Amino acid sequence: MDISILPPELIRIVISAVIIIAFVFLNAMVLGYAERKLAGYIMRRPGPMEVGPQGILQLMIDGVKLIGKQLIVPKESGHALFRIAPLLAFIPVGLAFVVIPFSDKLQARDLDVGLVFMLAIMSVNVVAVLVAGWSSNNKYSLFGAIRSVAQNVAYEIPMLLSLLSVVLMANTLSLKGIVLAQHPVWYVVCQPLAFIIYFVAGLAETNRAPFDLPEAESELTAGFHTEYSGMSFSLFILAEYTNMFFVCSIAVVLFLGGWSGIPLPFYAYSGGIWFLLKVYALLFVMIWVRWTYPRVRFDQLLNFCWKYLIPFSLVNLMLTAILVKLWPVVF
Amino acid sequence: MNEYFSDLFSGAKSLLVGLSVTIREMFKPVVTVQYPREKLEITPNFRGHTELVKDPETGTHKCISCMMCQKECPSDCIRVKGEKREGVKGLALVSYSLDFTKCSLCGTCVEVCPTAALEYSQEYELAGYSSDEFRFDLLKRLEER
Ligand code: SF4
Ligand code: SF4
Repeated sequence: MDISILPPELIRIVISAVIIIAFVFLNAMVLGYAERKLAGYIMRRPGPMEVGPQGILQLMIDGVKLIGKQLIVPKESGHALFRIAPLLAFIPVGLAFVVIPFSDKLQARDLDVGLVFMLAIMSVNVVAVLVAGWSSNNKYSLFGAIRSVAQNVAYEIPMLLSLLSVVLMANTLSLKGIVLAQHPVWYVVCQPLAFIIYFVAGLAETNRAPFDLPEAESELTAGFHTEYSGMSFSLFILAEYTNMFFVCSIAVVLFLGGWSGIPLPFYAYSGGIWFLLKVYALLFVMIWVRWTYPRVRFDQLLNFCWKYLIPFSLVNLMLTAILVKLWPVVF
Repeated sequence: MNEYFSDLFSGAKSLLVGLSVTIREMFKPVVTVQYPREKLEITPNFRGHTELVKDPETGTHKCISCMMCQKECPSDCIRVKGEKREGVKGLALVSYSLDFTKCSLCGTCVEVCPTAALEYSQEYELAGYSSDEFRFDLLKRLEER
């Protein structure tokens, strides 16, 4: 077939969709492997060792196994919703890639409201978790879902407030604009508190330990995805890992200067290397945190949010607003 | 209010201490032994099933078929058979059967033996398909060694 008869825009969309899906799977594989390896080293054991040199093919085999498994739909579940939930978790994941500025030129669309768009897409995940827990018709799943909603609603606030202080300084919501605005100094230098608050809230948003109450194995079997098996289970896992990637890429874009770093040849594209390096460094911290802390209790979780994170982010936002206003007056 | 901030600081400090502990552990060498491929030296005190001692001088066992071990064994898992032979003082050992499915590894047989003819083996990889595989003839095992 002569592909030149197709509209070029369509070809572009198809190619980028394929790249995005491939990247989602690759990212989940890298993170899954890194997580198990690092968990191993922190406990002074080697992690996966059997499949391939140093167990590097383990995640591939796991993927094959999950694809080969039967999809079990419990008799008493809400069938349609039960099947929709994993898709609901997975589909938005592709969308958020549209606005991530990997480097100067590697960005699909630079939306004016890129940041809002990305946060909106990421919070669809809560709906997926709620639908999954509800339709499973199982008390563990339902508890997981309820916890997830309570936690996400609570932690959305400090997260947005801390991001807002950066937006005040950058004076734009476009992700590329924010990266360009932090030319001399990264915002992590002038907004360290906002960075920490964002990162903590981000851990809670992605349901990562120590905030992994929605899937707490020791209390809820597996929380909202207890009833899921095979590919629908792996869609949840893929979504979780991709959401981790998003949380870290927002942190990199807003606080760590995006793609800026030591200039390499073809910098407009190769800046992506710096971007990915920073993102994976933050992901390393996430994994490190997970294997260090025990899970918090539910009251501790909410207390921490309402008593510490929200007041601090509010104060931080107010101070930022005043400083931004005063800066041109004083200097 | 004071408590609020002291909670914050002590909490933050303990979190950082936790992180530093795990990162230090991460760079320490791995302690796992990849078992079927790597094996640890086992301690000489290890008590496997009993085995007849090979006397380096005569090249054979030291048992005089006195039946002490058979009598003393609390689990009744030893059968010693000896016979009178020309030119041999006492009884010559014909077979020494140990029913390891019943043995409790109490060590009484090793202790009572007047000639110290018994010892513990270092064998720990014992697995089989039927209980018959654990009814050992120690004399035969000695000859095979
Ligand atoms: S170790 Fe104890 S139970 Fe085992 S054969 Fe010797 S005396 Fe019997
Ligand atoms: S006590 Fe020692 S010498 Fe006597 S029969 Fe048992 S193994 Fe042989």
